[in-house]
Amino acid sequence: MSCGRMESKILGYMDGRLKEGERLEMEKHLSTCAVCQLRVNEFRAVHVLLDELPMIEPSAAFDVRMQARVAAEPAKQNWWAWFASSPRVAFAASMLVAAMVWVGSQTADTPLNAGDIDKINQNMSVLENYDVISDFAPLSDLPQPVQADDTSDTKPNQQM
Amino acid sequence: MLDVQAGDEQSFALLLRRYRTPLVNFLYRMVRNREQAEDLAQEVFLRVYRAREDYVPSAKFTTWLFRIATNLALNSVRDNRYQRMEISLDAPLTADAEDGEEKKLDVAEMHPNIEQHLIEETRRKMIRRAIEKLPEKQRAAVLLHKYQELDYGEISKILECSESALKSLLFRAYETLRVELAPLVAQRAVR
Repeated sequence: MSCGRMESKILGYMDGRLKEGERLEMEKHLSTCAVCQLRVNEFRAVHVLLDELPMIEPSAAFDVRMQARVAAEPAKQNWWAWFASSPRVAFAASMLVAAMVWVGSQTADTPLNAGDIDKINQNMSVLENYDVISDFAPLSDLPQPVQADDTSDTKPNQQM
Repeated sequence: MLDVQAGDEQSFALLLRRYRTPLVNFLYRMVRNREQAEDLAQEVFLRVYRAREDYVPSAKFTTWLFRIATNLALNSVRDNRYQRMEISLDAPLTADAEDGEEKKLDVAEMHPNIEQHLIEETRRKMIRRAIEKLPEKQRAAVLLHKYQELDYGEISKILECSESALKSLLFRAYETLRVELAPLVAQRAVR
């Protein structure tokens, strides 16, 4: 390992985070390079010196001020929470929805208007004209009606 | 954080208790002003609270938390909004007590140990100044690496750089620190 390559590994070596192969390679280099060995020693010394800075505790007022700031935050509401906060509104809204559904179901039974009645009347004269009906081609394709015979001994369940 | 997202206020209080000290300390070491550090820490928690409904657990919570903190700290440092506290010879001596509160030292009270206290305070001052002199991104890298003990992957996500760029940042930071703290390093250098 060259001194230049060591730069990227030195902190990992100091932290004990190098893989076994890299660690051995590093130690082999350090055993032959006094400059890099000095650097490692001094980096470790700096790391230990930083421990001399004491920790500070947040002030007694920190929590109180924090709670006040959180309490001052506007409460976020979901869209349904608006209903949950006002039962009367929720009830009125549900009644409105039910009414709309009921009205929608009534559109199929709407009475015929005058225009619709006129059309039916126009077509009715055709339907009541026997000459038209008797000459109505599709009617000739219909099968002959079965004659009802009261004297027949043949019963359906005896037919083979 | 998922409990906070579900509306559990107690979970948010737990998050606060767990992370407020490391967060305040990180920000204090970045901006060097205690009051502003606490203000920034509260801003971090407020942003966490506001973003709770959109939180996606695709990364570690600490990564997300310290990314917000680092961005706020870097902006603050660059804005130069906060004055550095300078200790003058005429100002009363102060020292960081164990509970973190700075107390004015009564010379009569600490007379037997004043020399030791002065030595320790001088050392701390040197270390603080050396960290302060680092470019802000190197400073953030050192603080996250040393005091938060985050791995390289997490720190690189927080600083929004590659791992190799992060290692380069740390290498240059430690190079600077070993020069700035040479008198102290010489005493401590171990094989």
